Amino acid sequence: MPKIDWNEYACEGLYDELLASAGKPRPAAQAVCDYLSSIDAQEVRDLKTAAEVAIQVMGITFTVYSDGDMIDRAWPFDIMPRIIPSHEWAHVEAGLKQRVKALNLFIDDLYNEQRIIKDGVFPAELLEQSVNFRQQCVGIRPPGGIWAHICGSDLVRDKDGTIYVLEDNLRIPSGVSYMLENRNVSKRVMPELFQTGRILPVDDYPAQLYDMLAAMSPRQISEPNIVVLTPGIYNSAYYEHAFLAQQMGVDLVEGSDLIVGSDDCVYMRTIDGLVHVDVIYRRVDDLFIDPEVFNPESALGVPGVMRAWRKGNVTLCNAPGAGVADDKVVYAYVPEIIRYYLDADPILPNVPSYLCMREDDRNYVLANLDKLVVKPANESGGYGMLIGPHSSAEEQAKFAELIKANPRNYMAQPTLSLSVTPTLTDDAVEPRHVDLRPFILSSGTDTYVTTGGLTRVALVKGSLVVNSSQGGGSKDTWIVDTSGQGQVQGQGS
Amino acid sequence: MLSRVAENLYWMARYLERAEDTARLVRVSRHLMLDFPGTATLGWSSLISISGADEIFDEYYTERDAANVLTFLCADRRYSGSILGALAAARENLRTTREVMPREVWEEVNRLFLECSEIFSGTIDLRRLDDFLRVVIRGCQALTGMLDGSLSDTPARTFCAVGGYLERADMITRILDVRSANLLPRTPDDLTPFENLQWMSVLKSLSAYQMYRQQVRLRVRGPDVVRFILLNPQFPRALYRCLNNLHRKLYTLPRATLACQRVTELLGMLATEDAASLADSPDRLHAFVDELQLGFSRVHEAIQGTWFAGVDSPAPVVAD
Repeated sequence: MPKIDWNEYACEGLYDELLASAGKPRPAAQAVCDYLSSIDAQEVRDLKTAAEVAIQVMGITFTVYSDGDMIDRAWPFDIMPRIIPSHEWAHVEAGLKQRVKALNLFIDDLYNEQRIIKDGVFPAELLEQSVNFRQQCVGIRPPGGIWAHICGSDLVRDKDGTIYVLEDNLRIPSGVSYMLENRNVSKRVMPELFQTGRILPVDDYPAQLYDMLAAMSPRQISEPNIVVLTPGIYNSAYYEHAFLAQQMGVDLVEGSDLIVGSDDCVYMRTIDGLVHVDVIYRRVDDLFIDPEVFNPESALGVPGVMRAWRKGNVTLCNAPGAGVADDKVVYAYVPEIIRYYLDADPILPNVPSYLCMREDDRNYVLANLDKLVVKPANESGGYGMLIGPHSSAEEQAKFAELIKANPRNYMAQPTLSLSVTPTLTDDAVEPRHVDLRPFILSSGTDTYVTTGGLTRVALVKGSLVVNSSQGGGSKDTWIVDTSGQGQVQGQGS
Repeated sequence: MLSRVAENLYWMARYLERAEDTARLVRVSRHLMLDFPGTATLGWSSLISISGADEIFDEYYTERDAANVLTFLCADRRYSGSILGALAAARENLRTTREVMPREVWEEVNRLFLECSEIFSGTIDLRRLDDFLRVVIRGCQALTGMLDGSLSDTPARTFCAVGGYLERADMITRILDVRSANLLPRTPDDLTPFENLQWMSVLKSLSAYQMYRQQVRLRVRGPDVVRFILLNPQFPRALYRCLNNLHRKLYTLPRATLACQRVTELLGMLATEDAASLADSPDRLHAFVDELQLGFSRVHEAIQGTWFAGVDSPAPVVAD
């Protein structure tokens, strides 16, 4: 690999997060670009190796389904950070807060008065057909009216520089631990760059998460008992469950550790006997959380926990049924939802969306399968998608049938030209497509947005699929302070 | 602390102790073999017996030669008591409980397992055996130090200690039992020129040789060795001391009466047996060790029943 020369970097026709054009780093990225081109090729390789060793030693892993004996893989990480200037981030942050606030109002409304349907803004038949609407949640008002306490929204940037919201994950969004670990790895391997004090820290998240969860406790006591409920070590996000529990200093429990008493309160089995649980940060899907109410086969859940929740004896985060609003068809209505509840225009735009349930939209989608990205309304992880421009005629024909058979289940969006950022390959630095998943915490009185988020990168040249389960990697995300000379606040007069 | 977590930590500590003790045992045996002429009958077979793994060994191997026994004890993942198997099991136990552990403990267990698996992937290279054993022993010692230096005095630490002491007690008696079986004289005149060496190996298996020499200034003799290993109150790998520590740790846990009582019974057995006379009678020593091991099982059952499985009462007993 030759020494990095940004003049040779081929980002023509793409929006690059770090460089305005070949040889011209954006102001916020100047320092890191200078640094990387100042060291020789061997040193760059050494950085890469150091990061790999750090990841292995720190045991940062993710789990891949059906991977036989090897259930853990080292987390794929690219040392070159993705950089966003702080003034731009302030705008994104305001947009996300607005969006999540509206979504929580929307969910609370759907399970209670349904004003938005009565007012004719949201079609009743959409709700009737929603697979994530939970009848068992109707009439419930969780503390503060909050259903989606933790939201992970996926953002993408198009080639004109506009940042769009691609989707909202309101059920059990994952990835935040990797955001934190990516920072730890970068600090280990490139400490020099952090000494400028211009890269805003991200470490506050576990404390913020803890405060939010504690604020949700039904019992008004100084130290409510909070637990993280995991499906267990074979879950792909187990690493994250353990990490967050550890960082918050709370117990990581499995379903079998919890029991619902005859008083309809939740207890955990401990060496001291049974201990009352106030808040469950649950990372188990709705349908598995209580075999008495949902899937009776589930061994991951806690029998009776829904009973305890409905009586207000325990808070579940996120609330069961919150997924009703992260359906990709509902997504298309989010701008309307924001206007309806907040009487304001959306700060962050949605990607234009075609709903196959609407006849005009469907005909357009069927006629343009080769140009569009078609998504099932309720899948996550990038499975079951059709990426038009990269698909074969057979795949398109298959999707046409699927759409006709069940139009409500599909929506389509134009293929955006996703932004790129310099990424280290085996023998060069090349542009690769990225997205960004920030996390938003809501307690009803407070909303917190992570500083940046998890940048995912499609490591395969030209690929748009960033999911780690399908060959994606990740990067540290730097929000760089662009105010003034970047001095640490509090200095000077 | 969650019952499940307590149980995982207990097993993690047992597996780490087992990995370390097995490594010590293999190291000493290997050195001993080098001192023996030709095809010493003492042989590798006894190592399998010490580990209580005859059945599983015979399932996978036919001959008890050096290569097979060493591969089995060091690197055979099919046997959870092998060094790699134990390290893997320790890692799995810790993987599900690492939120209660200082991060460097997880990193070290993870690193140790990876390093060890790298040295032996599949078969044993005898030239690298010493390296391997050194890595294991040092790694386990480093972990003991880390736990001591970075884990607060909470039940997490207690369950680690409890698991470690119980496993150590178990290994001490196994080593004494099998090693002594072919060492203790059937008749007083039945002395071989290697007897001294073999008793030394019993001590060395427990890293007890130096400490023994400091305290027992006579030449190494069977009765003294047996007494030292069973009853010495100062040496960390002497049974008496080990059980005493176990009792002290259990005592700090809630609802510890039953488990403490079981350990007290074991200490009582040590107090009444005339250890020195056991050394003169291999059959009595063997029977005594059997009883001790039944006692260890009873301690384990008490721990299991009190803290891991026994809190399923339908009417909540709330302990805030």
